[in-house]
Amino acid sequence: MAVTSARQLDAAALRAQFPIFEQAGGARRLAYLDSSNSSQKPRAVLDAMQTFYETSYANVHRGVYELADRAAAAFEDSREKVRAFVNAGSQREIIYTRNATEALNLVAYAWGLENLGPGDVALVTELEHHSNFVPWQLIAERTGATFAAIPIEGGNHELDLSKLDEIAKRGQIKVLAVGLVNNSLGVVNPVSELAAWAHEQGAICVVDACQAAPHRPIDVQTLGADFVAFTGHKMLGPTGIGVLWGRQELLQSMQPFNVGGGQIRHVSLEKTTWNDLPHKFEAGTPPIVEAIGLGAAIDYLNEVGLESIEDHEVEITEYALGRLGEIFGLTIFGPPLERRGGIISFDLDGVHPHDVAQILGNEGVAVRAGHHCTQPLMKRLGVAATTRASFYLYTLPEEIDRLVDGLHRAKKVFA
Amino acid sequence: MAFDEMYREVILDHYKNPRGHGVIEGADAEADGQNPLCGDEVSIYVQFGADNETIEDVKFRGRGCAISQAATSMLTEMVTGRKATAIAEMPRDELLEEVGIPLSPVRLKCALLGLGVLKVALHRAKGTPLPEEWAGMDELKLT
Ligand SMILES: Cc1ncc(COP(=O)(O)O)c(C=O)c1O
Repeated sequence: MAVTSARQLDAAALRAQFPIFEQAGGARRLAYLDSSNSSQKPRAVLDAMQTFYETSYANVHRGVYELADRAAAAFEDSREKVRAFVNAGSQREIIYTRNATEALNLVAYAWGLENLGPGDVALVTELEHHSNFVPWQLIAERTGATFAAIPIEGGNHELDLSKLDEIAKRGQIKVLAVGLVNNSLGVVNPVSELAAWAHEQGAICVVDACQAAPHRPIDVQTLGADFVAFTGHKMLGPTGIGVLWGRQELLQSMQPFNVGGGQIRHVSLEKTTWNDLPHKFEAGTPPIVEAIGLGAAIDYLNEVGLESIEDHEVEITEYALGRLGEIFGLTIFGPPLERRGGIISFDLDGVHPHDVAQILGNEGVAVRAGHHCTQPLMKRLGVAATTRASFYLYTLPEEIDRLVDGLHRAKKVFA
Repeated sequence: MAFDEMYREVILDHYKNPRGHGVIEGADAEADGQNPLCGDEVSIYVQFGADNETIEDVKFRGRGCAISQAATSMLTEMVTGRKATAIAEMPRDELLEEVGIPLSPVRLKCALLGLGVLKVALHRAKGTPLPEEWAGMDELKLT
């Protein structure tokens, strides 16, 4: 992680702008360490959505009355915010979906079904979320292509790039699907390097940026990927909206994934032609108000500054790694701080993650216990599940302290 | 929920010293099950008595949280000596009463994992009915 000169954020002050933290005081007040699962929402986002419903709501791209124009303009304004957020070359490359999973399925179906066949390899990694793993497994199965995964090495659970040459011998690699930041252990993958390698193989590179977009600046023009997906609800926005960025040439060459209203140019009994990008891939009434909310979330993130957010998370993660490291019998998975997002997965000897999370939950500390939608990775780690704490711009050191206290309590119960 | 209530002594005792823990080689009935939410696993083995109906011995093996493992341990005590048909009909509340702690919907799945696997094992060996709520487990295979 780069050392930047970003201004330091005041997490306690930001936290006051999130209504959820105003609830239930006392010892059980919420310590929310599950932001990589889904983030909480600032009042600015909630207000933007409420105001839009109250003053500007109509369906988009359909009506000719003034209200409909206003709604459509706000909807497209939000698309412009997303474009600028990831520095895409054009708004035509920003496609709204229901969530990241749908964005990744869109690529697998619309690109993969047409471009994969016997002798080809669809390559993922052992660190992938099921949403960037299973679609490619399914499409490989349907097209007769080989499905393979870049393995991790034992020590820090990072991708073992020494295996790439060997994998390349298994067939013509057509697609590499890889996450920027892994969601269960926080591993930061060398995506630009991998994308360059993929291109050398004649493959496209599909990047799952769900755990990166909320936390660090992304520039799709320098990243080297061909598709990038992320999801609104992890970046202070509402549920029900995801984003797919894709290179225009590729998007142009693809058939749509969903078809129907809003994405067509002309329909007749004989033939249907498609609307222009990005609408070609946005069938049906889109998540209009969710897009407004996502736009407001991006405004909020920009105002705080992604560099500041990243710096804050590095600080919190460093503190948490130190404090958790003091606990006897606790094993932390994943890489050192320099190559880690604000995520820590661990095992507490003798206490199952469910029980850890339950005891923490009873103390008002919210963490996630489970396989985090990365079952192949869990198998590789030799565990059924881990306990995971994850951080964001509103995370306070005292939340880490409460996590540590809760873990001592869990140890005592199960001693 | 007070946390001492959740991890009351009897739960922790069954978790730390599970009854009926192990494998029966050549069991008359057996099945594996997994909680898709957390990946917890339970395998159950049943040996019938001379009447080929009464559960004479039942053992389990698995990995999981205290709730899932303790509930399965309690289950082995509850079903030994009873007929397969009776267990196939055993309502889940009978086990939940024995477990005796308030459970959230997610933790309910932990507590009921063993009972579901046992019902699947009996269904496969004896053709006892498998009510809909358990049917999904019959399709699960452990890898
Ligand atoms: C790395 C990663 N990819 C994909 C997803 C799926 O996101 P969504 O459920 O919003 O589609 C998640 C969220 O759980 C994730 O962490």
